[in-house]
Amino acid sequence: MKCVRFWGTRGSLPVALTAAAVRSKVVAALRGAAGRSFASDADLERYVDDLDIAVSGTYGGHSPCVEIETGCNEYVLCDLGSGVRPFGQKAMARHGAASPQTYHVFMSHVHWDHIMGFPLFTPAYIPGNRIRIYGGHAELEEALRRQHGPPSFPVEFSALSADIEFVHLDPGRVYDIAGTQVSLKLQRHSGDSYGYRFTSDGKTVIYSTDSEHQLADLNETEAFVDFFRDADLVIFDAMYSLADTISIKADWGHSSNIVGVELCQMAGARQLCLFHHEPIHGDESISRVLAETRRYEEISRTGKPLLVTAAYDGMEIRL
Amino acid sequence: MPLPAIGLRLAFRFGEYNRSSQREKLQLAAGTKVEFSSRQLADVAVVAPVGQIDHSNAQKLQQALTPMLDQAAAARTPVVLDFTGVEYISSMGLRVLMVAAKQMRGAGVRIAVAALQPVVQEIFDIARFKHVMEVFPSVRSALHDLSAPALSAYDAAQ
Repeated sequence: MKCVRFWGTRGSLPVALTAAAVRSKVVAALRGAAGRSFASDADLERYVDDLDIAVSGTYGGHSPCVEIETGCNEYVLCDLGSGVRPFGQKAMARHGAASPQTYHVFMSHVHWDHIMGFPLFTPAYIPGNRIRIYGGHAELEEALRRQHGPPSFPVEFSALSADIEFVHLDPGRVYDIAGTQVSLKLQRHSGDSYGYRFTSDGKTVIYSTDSEHQLADLNETEAFVDFFRDADLVIFDAMYSLADTISIKADWGHSSNIVGVELCQMAGARQLCLFHHEPIHGDESISRVLAETRRYEEISRTGKPLLVTAAYDGMEIRL
Repeated sequence: MPLPAIGLRLAFRFGEYNRSSQREKLQLAAGTKVEFSSRQLADVAVVAPVGQIDHSNAQKLQQALTPMLDQAAAARTPVVLDFTGVEYISSMGLRVLMVAAKQMRGAGVRIAVAALQPVVQEIFDIARFKHVMEVFPSVRSALHDLSAPALSAYDAAQ
């Protein structure tokens, strides 16, 4: 396992930066540069690099899609949100249509934000490509098929030229897929969701999104701590504040930054990556949540430090 | 595999009002003694937990609070949680507070948290807890908002 690459990091619905948001970033960057001089483009680049991503960039707006580079020559993805479209474009630019590839896709669940990118996933239209879609839901294939064709989409699923296969996985078993040991765990979410644990080359990545952790059930908490145990990276649904998850948004199927920190600390994980960002949050809000999460990690730390990051579209985490 | 213990201490003990408090000891779990202080100031019950409230002991806090909250709900009298002695609170502890707040809200009774230490205040801020629970900077300010007779009783005891 070499790297994790994020193609879509928003929950519920893709979002786009507005003109007003871009303008406020430009204003903030210029304000920060007031009175400074830049002797070269390299100086200018360094200045930009030191700015918070909320000023110099954006967390992005695609719905969930994460690529895990395993070191094998086949692709491994988690979820088919709108982020799979730019992933597919990059794969096509790299390989072209004449060089068939294999794509292994692990589905957390089949809610719309996690499947909506597939109709626009170009490799699915290319003969010779192999696409294996794995998941724990019995209705996995049905969910992906029915978003194709009129009146929802002009292209029928049957028109996709790639070799597409759906593979049911059972929680509790360990599978060897694309050179990686994979297991899955049932999570609390409307209609169920599944978290995945990927291990290869001594590295472990957890993909756990759309999962509500109530923590009052100690057996359930223990099971998740075991699932996260000693992970190098935990990609974690931190969509809401803790107060929201236990009040007005209880049973909405999502979790918080605070619970993410606590589970990772109990599990001895090395890095927590906040994921499935709330679409109504602007970049400044996500940066503030990240800073607060790092502070909470300091407050609650009893062992080794836990690195805390916030996923953004285009982010790469080297393992 | 058992959960690692993070800050095992949760001892309910006498707070600043111990001279007039009624000491209560509850046997809440096998071999676990929980002490806490509570004090009735006119129509307001003031409860003072002390220590670190975390995954290992939050349920004990809930068990200790339940009879007091039931009593306050039945009497329709407010409750103040004096957090002067609380050094840390985890998500489980905050959940216990939320459950208490829901119970009191359902009974039409106010419950407030007062006198947060700076670190606990930070945790409340990070959790966005001020949106779901009344928080006051001191016990006195909470009583000032909740009950004039309780405030008088508090001032008289100083």
